[in-house]
Amino acid sequence: MSAPLLELRDLHVQFRNRNGSIARAVDGVDLQLAEGEVLALVGESGCGKTTLARTIVGLERPVSGEVRHRDAPLRYDRKGSKAYRRQVQMVFQDPSGSLNPRQTVYEAVAEGLRIHGLGEGEEERVAGALARSGLRPPERFFTRYPYELSGGQRQRVVIAGAMVLEPSLLVADEPVSSLDASVRGEILALMQRLVQETGVTILVVTHDLGLAWNIADRIAVMYLGRIVEQGTTEQVLGAPQHPYTRALLSVVPESHNMDPQILVGEAPDPTRIPPGCRFHLRCPLYASGEAERLGIADRCQGEDPTLPAGEHVAACHAVPDREGAPA
Amino acid sequence: MSAPVATEPLLSVRDLHVSYPTDAGRLPAVRGVSLDLAPGDTLGLAGESGCGKSSLAGALLRLLPRGARVSGEVLLEGEDVLTMKPGRLRAVRWSGMAIVFQGALHSLNPVQRIGGQIGEAIELHPSDRKGKTSTRVGELLELVGLPARRARDYPHQLSGGQRQRVLIALALACDPKLLVADEPTTALDVMVQAQILRLLDDLQERLGLATLFITHDLSTLVAACRQLAVMYAGRIVEEGPSEEVFAHPKHPYTRALAAAFPVIGDPAFRRNPSGLAGDPPDPRELPTGCTFHPRCPVARDACTSLDVELWPAGDRRRAACIEVLPA
Repeated sequence: MSAPLLELRDLHVQFRNRNGSIARAVDGVDLQLAEGEVLALVGESGCGKTTLARTIVGLERPVSGEVRHRDAPLRYDRKGSKAYRRQVQMVFQDPSGSLNPRQTVYEAVAEGLRIHGLGEGEEERVAGALARSGLRPPERFFTRYPYELSGGQRQRVVIAGAMVLEPSLLVADEPVSSLDASVRGEILALMQRLVQETGVTILVVTHDLGLAWNIADRIAVMYLGRIVEQGTTEQVLGAPQHPYTRALLSVVPESHNMDPQILVGEAPDPTRIPPGCRFHLRCPLYASGEAERLGIADRCQGEDPTLPAGEHVAACHAVPDREGAPA
Repeated sequence: MSAPVATEPLLSVRDLHVSYPTDAGRLPAVRGVSLDLAPGDTLGLAGESGCGKSSLAGALLRLLPRGARVSGEVLLEGEDVLTMKPGRLRAVRWSGMAIVFQGALHSLNPVQRIGGQIGEAIELHPSDRKGKTSTRVGELLELVGLPARRARDYPHQLSGGQRQRVLIALALACDPKLLVADEPTTALDVMVQAQILRLLDDLQERLGLATLFITHDLSTLVAACRQLAVMYAGRIVEEGPSEEVFAHPKHPYTRALAAAFPVIGDPAFRRNPSGLAGDPPDPRELPTGCTFHPRCPVARDACTSLDVELWPAGDRRRAACIEVLPA
């Protein structure tokens, strides 16, 4: 396998609350993204997925660990971060909030080019990016303002503004969750097409497993600051290993054939991560006594499971370390 | 779920129209909707933003802003809500039908304890219930799965899911026969969404509550409701038993909407996001003929001029499309 496009090594990101407590939003993440792949990072709100995305694009600084892009560590000085930000672009959830209401479509897309001193052939580049994003003919959109566009068209403008810089990585945080269902598929199809046409790598942050089934090559499931399961989309959604993934999958209305395992409570507090397995207090295996029967309950309480190396892996004491090993 | 015995409908909406004044004339939001809901039954109203579903909900309880023009009939147990005197209307709101909105954070008073807010609703509406208000508040909180001691909390001390439970308790304060739930789970996380859906299902069974469930999320409606009605541009374009409508849609819009919710594990949806080109129409410039024809993948010449009404399309089903008309 060639070197990954992006690599996260034991990444930790923390925030200090007003009361002095420390939220461990990202709490030891190792992750690799290969060139041209689509990886879905899924989890409940508060699991740290947005913080992880922001750290990848350089908007947050880790307290330890590193972000490596094409085998070079991300630098946080001005020059280093500017070069990096051209390579790594972010698309946010709400396109209306990402666009300046007083800026035309042309200005919005050209802005990135100007910041990065790429003024040459500006009009062609803007037109090309708009056309690639499905706004055709592009000239018709140049002088439009955001309020004249539909939600789907606005998200296309945001994507064009990111793609005009020809980035190697697009980080999309819930890119379609504010859009209508009928429009959502069109934007996902666009993202898929961009990967095929430009070879861009996409990290899509979402709570929507259906979206992952639609477009992702691989899935990483995040819980309380840690990746608890990862594998190909078929592996993770077809044969989930971690009880958290199984629970998430079981409550999707489209998964009719699973008994819903509704976890009690909401995602716990990153300022108070439970000792042992961080999931054990909500874990159906632990609560039902299954962990006790398997003889692992003590480890669930006292030992923090790590994510083993491998294609499809889960950080759970109930899952054998190597595929094929007896449980 | 057992099918309710055919009885007089609890709610019967007849040819409902809602329009709003704008600078450019009246904007039609609901354009002739009729629907029936039997006691204890569940009806899901699906549609995208701007289709008129929230205007419809507001019209049922006469909660629309001043200036909105409403015509038609909203019969609750045979009595027209639209022509009720204010005193009668006040009695019917809460005890006849109650509404739960999305955005639980903003519907509660931030400086009043939960118990006080629920108590107020109980006391405003005299009932023949005996006992102290505080006892009833405790009962209601327990009914929605919260400990009675939570009555002393302020809204900010509760999580999003807990606040949504409080809103449901509030809606149930006066034993309504009909609950109108307008996007009750939209702002919530998947796991919390599943908890609230289970609660609504449970309440419906225990209290014999009829529910009109309104959301853009077709897959949630199919899981939660027996009947389904799909709205487009202010009208119902398809209705029938929800599983059948979702599995075998008759209207091309329903077909597109159903395809926009991927079935995880189904190869047909893998790497194949599906949407609809274009956007829902602007209510000020509705297309001629069938309002869906500009986006319709199977439109014929006649569709630009022929405005098809709901027409029988199989057992207990109706659809407003030229395809279901007899040849």
